[in-house]
Amino acid sequence: MMLDIRSLSLSIAVDGGPKEILHDVTLAVGRGEAVGLVGESGSGKSMTLRSVLRTEPRNATVTGAITLDGVDVLSLKGEPLRQLRAHQIAMIAQNPHAVLNPVLPISRYLVEGMHDAQGLSVAAARLRAGELLEQVGIDGVDRVLASYPHQLSGGMLQRVVIAGAIAGKPSLILADEPTTALDVTTQAEVMAILDDCRRELGMALLFVTHDLDLAAAVCDRINVMKDGVVVETGVPDQLRDHPAHPYTQQLMDSRPASIMWSPSDGSGE
Amino acid sequence: MKRFAARMGPIGIVAVVIVAIVVFGAVLAPLIAPYDPTIGSVTQRYLGPSLEHLLGTDQAGRDIFSRLLWGARSSLVGPLIVVSITAVVGTALALTSVWWGGFVDSAISRVLDLLFAFPNLLLAVLAISVFGASLTTAAIALSIAYIPYTARVIRSTALRERNLPYIRSPQLQGISGLVITARHLLPNVAPLIVTGATINFGFAMIELAALSFLGLGVQPPDADWGLMVSSGQQSLISGYPAESILAGLCIVITVASLGYIGERLGGRSAAGRKA
Repeated sequence: MMLDIRSLSLSIAVDGGPKEILHDVTLAVGRGEAVGLVGESGSGKSMTLRSVLRTEPRNATVTGAITLDGVDVLSLKGEPLRQLRAHQIAMIAQNPHAVLNPVLPISRYLVEGMHDAQGLSVAAARLRAGELLEQVGIDGVDRVLASYPHQLSGGMLQRVVIAGAIAGKPSLILADEPTTALDVTTQAEVMAILDDCRRELGMALLFVTHDLDLAAAVCDRINVMKDGVVVETGVPDQLRDHPAHPYTQQLMDSRPASIMWSPSDGSGE
Repeated sequence: MKRFAARMGPIGIVAVVIVAIVVFGAVLAPLIAPYDPTIGSVTQRYLGPSLEHLLGTDQAGRDIFSRLLWGARSSLVGPLIVVSITAVVGTALALTSVWWGGFVDSAISRVLDLLFAFPNLLLAVLAISVFGASLTTAAIALSIAYIPYTARVIRSTALRERNLPYIRSPQLQGISGLVITARHLLPNVAPLIVTGATINFGFAMIELAALSFLGLGVQPPDADWGLMVSSGQQSLISGYPAESILAGLCIVITVASLGYIGERLGGRSAAGRKA
């Protein structure tokens, strides 16, 4: 497997001793594969992603192993870690409004990533920024490049972030609830763009969401997480039809679709 | 320009005009000062205001107006040195401390605490007793004393910004800390640096004047407002208070204007943040 997380445990020192956030998490993502990580808020999904990028809180103790293409991620720091972030892993966060510097135009965000992180010349990065925006389905590329974050909608901004993420042709994209902050009509669109780009470029995806249906639609395999533990792993159909763990069943039942329609009806779109 | 005027308000505009006049006077002193500020005439002592000597003369027969103009130079250059050193070093320390956090942050913060515990003037007097009395020594010593104030304020704001996603995300893109700090963090604490510098300028002016007054800063016969307050003391006793009072007024009005400008700048940016 390309990304291997083995027995990852993470605890944070709080008053009254360490608090365990992740316990013995094991999951793997193969090359070009889409893997879901589903669970409710606070179940440790995001913390797992943060560990892969080594942005866990300063006072956290991490045990276990994370390897990407055989490289021990947990032992990286400094320049090798920067290289890993620049070339191999890209992150798409929940709220694009928060991610972009509010006082700089969109072009700066994209150019900066390609120029400062990946070493493209500024001119080449500018050119590529336009191509990338076209690739994520944005019309009027020049206008968008010159805009400031507050002038664009959330869906538009998330496309920009996706463009930035695929710019370096990373082998793995981490997506942390990439559509949750968007309104319902653009959610599907953005998700489709992310999925298309990923498939086209053969990138793997580790997709964190609380929406089991959405995960089922885009992922090859899904890990269900609860209280810092992966309680069940399986292919979407299997989880949907024969959930082994009661929590998976609970997640299935809590979908709005399952309340309004019959559970086997799928996404309800 | 209009925005700036609106930001300053009517009193602020007056303050800006005053500061502009002072700066103008200092820069153009060689051109507009009617007399040499250091050469007097014994026969011309203690003259009252007249067309020849707009503000009269001091005990050495030197033209007070010319001395005030020339004095504006050292009175402005001193604080300028202090503010520049303080802003650059203070900001650098604050941002380094915020970016690295952990041990580096603790180390820098403790050193700053240590400096904090030292009274500014005492540190300056100490430095002067070692390196000799001059405006440069006084200004550098005062800069060191001021660094903790600047660094602390910037650190606390930068610390908050540091944890916002727009600072974190470039890091996840693999952009180096130096680039992120310079391009994203620095511009977003810049208003604070400007505000702090403006207010510090006023404080530095008073403290440098105090040092000159004590004979530890600018040396006679050079003109300096603090020095003039001090040298005017003797004339004051003789019944000619003009020199001390005028020099003192110059200091008070300039410092008050700078303080007001700084507050308007700061108040406005604070309000902008909330919105």
